[in-house]
Amino acid sequence: MSRGFIEATLRGFTSAVSQALLSESAACQPGLLQTLDPRVRVLGLLTLVAAVVLSPRITVIAALFLIAVLLAAASRVKIALLAKRLWLIIFGFSGLIALPAVFLTPGQPVFNLPWLPLSISAQGLRVAALLILRVQTAATLTTVLALSTPWTHILKALRSLHLPAEAVTMLAMTQRYIFLLIETAGQMFESRESRTVGVLSGREQRRMTARTAGVLLTKSIELSHEVYLAMLSRGFRGEVPLLQDFHIRTRDYLGLMVLVLVAALAVWIGR
Amino acid sequence: MHIPDGYLSPSTCAALYAFATAGWYSSLRRIKRVWATRTVPLISVFAAFSFVIMMFNIPLPGGTSGHAVGVAVAAIALGPWGSILAISVALAIQALFFGDGGITTLGANCFNMAIIGSFAAWGIYQLLAANSRLGSRRRAAAAAVAGYVSINAAALATALEFGIQPTLFRDATGAPLYAPYPLHIAIPAMMIGHLTIAGLAEAAISAGMVSYLQRTDLDLLRGGNSSIPEAPPTVNPAGRWEGRLWLATVLLMLLTPLGILAAGTAWGEWSVKDLPKAQGSMPVSGISPQHASVPSGLQKLSTVWTAPFPGYAPGFVKHPAVGYLLSAMFAVGLLLLASRLTRMVRKRWRERELRS
Repeated sequence: MSRGFIEATLRGFTSAVSQALLSESAACQPGLLQTLDPRVRVLGLLTLVAAVVLSPRITVIAALFLIAVLLAAASRVKIALLAKRLWLIIFGFSGLIALPAVFLTPGQPVFNLPWLPLSISAQGLRVAALLILRVQTAATLTTVLALSTPWTHILKALRSLHLPAEAVTMLAMTQRYIFLLIETAGQMFESRESRTVGVLSGREQRRMTARTAGVLLTKSIELSHEVYLAMLSRGFRGEVPLLQDFHIRTRDYLGLMVLVLVAALAVWIGR
Repeated sequence: MHIPDGYLSPSTCAALYAFATAGWYSSLRRIKRVWATRTVPLISVFAAFSFVIMMFNIPLPGGTSGHAVGVAVAAIALGPWGSILAISVALAIQALFFGDGGITTLGANCFNMAIIGSFAAWGIYQLLAANSRLGSRRRAAAAAVAGYVSINAAALATALEFGIQPTLFRDATGAPLYAPYPLHIAIPAMMIGHLTIAGLAEAAISAGMVSYLQRTDLDLLRGGNSSIPEAPPTVNPAGRWEGRLWLATVLLMLLTPLGILAAGTAWGEWSVKDLPKAQGSMPVSGISPQHASVPSGLQKLSTVWTAPFPGYAPGFVKHPAVGYLLSAMFAVGLLLLASRLTRMVRKRWRERELRS
C-alpha cells in the first residue's frame, strides 16, 4: 500500500457527499410520502421501525419489509438503488454475523455438511433469517425516510416531536458543517497527495494522517468561534427559536393513522 | 461497532436510551455552566469534526488500515462531558441520515461509544498524563493508551449487550430472538478485532494528534483554548467524591440483572427447597446423598421470616431482570432513607447538646 489510504478516505468523503446530494434530490420528487407532513413521515416510519424490533415473527417482519418496499416505490425511491446500496451490503454484513448461528443453534438437523461434523438446524436457519430480515426491514424504513424527506424537514419534525431545541440546533449545525469539514479535509489530502512522490513509509503515513486530523481540529475550533461571533452579531443570546411552518391536514392525519395502525397490527399479530 | 436496528431487544434499547439520556442531560448542564452561550456552536462544529475523523482511513502496521472513533481526542480537547455530546451528535447524524447504526439502538451506541468511551479515555489520560508538562512525550503515550482502552471498553460494553440477548430473549422453542451469540462467543468475537485493528487505529490517531498539537496548539491540550477557561470550574473535593460514589452506585445497581446469568444458588445460601438438591450434588458435612434431608431446626426456622421480595423479585413482576433492578432500587432507597434518618437524629442530638 503506497497512498491507498488517502484514496480510500477520499472515496469515503465522496460517497458521503453523493449520498447526501442523492437524498436531497430524491426528497424533492413528487411521491406518496412526500405529500405527507414531515412530522407524519418521521413519526409513522419510526413507529414502523419500533414494530419491526418488537415483533418476534418472521412472517410479520416479512410483511413489514414488503410494506417498506411498496412505500419506497410509491415515493419514487429507486428499488435498484436500495438493493445495491443497502440490501446487498446488509446481507453481506449481517449474513456473515448470522452464518455461524445456522450451525451453532441447537435444534432439528435439516442438512448435514459432507466431510464436516456440522449440521444446519431448522432453528438455526430461523434465527439467522429473523436477524437478517429484521435488520433489512428497519434499515429500509430508515433509508426511505431519509430519501423522502429533506434533512432540514426531519430536524424540524423532531423539534415538533418535543426533542429539545438545543439538540435539534446542534444536529442541524453539525449536519451543515460536516460538508464544509469534509471539503476541507478532502482538499488537504488531495494537495498532500499531489505533492507526494514515491512510496511513504507506514510511520510517515500515520504521521501525515494525524497531522491532517490535527489541522482539521484547529480549523474546527477556529470555525466554531467565527460561527459563534456570527451568531452573536445576529442577536443570538443562547436561546434557539426554530421556525415552525408545517401545516397538518386531513390526509396527514389519515396517513399517520394508517402507518400507526399497521405498526400496531404487526405488534399485535406478532405477540 | 455501530449496532444496527434488530440486534438488541426493545427492553435493552429502552434501558440504554434511559442511561444515554441521563448522560446527555447532565453533560449539557455541565457544559453550559462552563461555556454558556458558546455551547451550541462549539459542540456542533466539534461533532462535525468527529464525524469526519470517523471517515479517516488510518494506516496501520502490517499494511492494513482501520477507522477510529476519535473519542480520546474529543475527551482530551473538550473534557468528558463535551466529548459525550459531540460524539453523540455525530452518531445521531450517522444513524439518521447515513444509515450507520440503528435508530432504536442509538441510545446503546451513544452509551457505548460516547459515554463509556469518553469516560474511559478521559480517566486513563488524566491518570497517565498526571501532572506532566503539556509538551512532554508522556502525554502522547497517555493519549495512545487512552484511545486504545476507550475503544476496547466501548467494544466490551457492546459485546456484553450482544451476549445477554440470547440468555434473556428467546421464543417459545428457546431460539434466540435478537443477537444470537452468548457471552462466551460474543466477547471474543467482538474483542479480537478491537484489541488488534480498531484499538491500534484509535491509539495511532490519538497519539499522533496529541503530538501534533504539542508542536502547534498547546492550548487545545489544556482541554480548551483562549475562549474556554483553562481549568473546569472548581468543585469541592468532597462533592466530587460524592458524585463519583453516586455514579458507581447507579452503575452497580444497573448491573444487578447480570446476576441472572449465574447458574445455581450461591454456596451456603440454599433455601429449604434447594438443600436436598445441593446435598445431592455435593456432600455436606459428610452426609451421603441418600440420607440427605433438611435438618429439623432449619425447617422450623425457615418459616419465621418471609422476605417481601423472595428471590429478588416482588410477586407481581414477571421478568427477572426487572425484579433484580426493582430490588436494587428498593434496597438503595431503604439504605438512603436509613442514612438520612440517622443524619437527622444525629443533627438533633448535636443541636440539643449545643443548647444545653
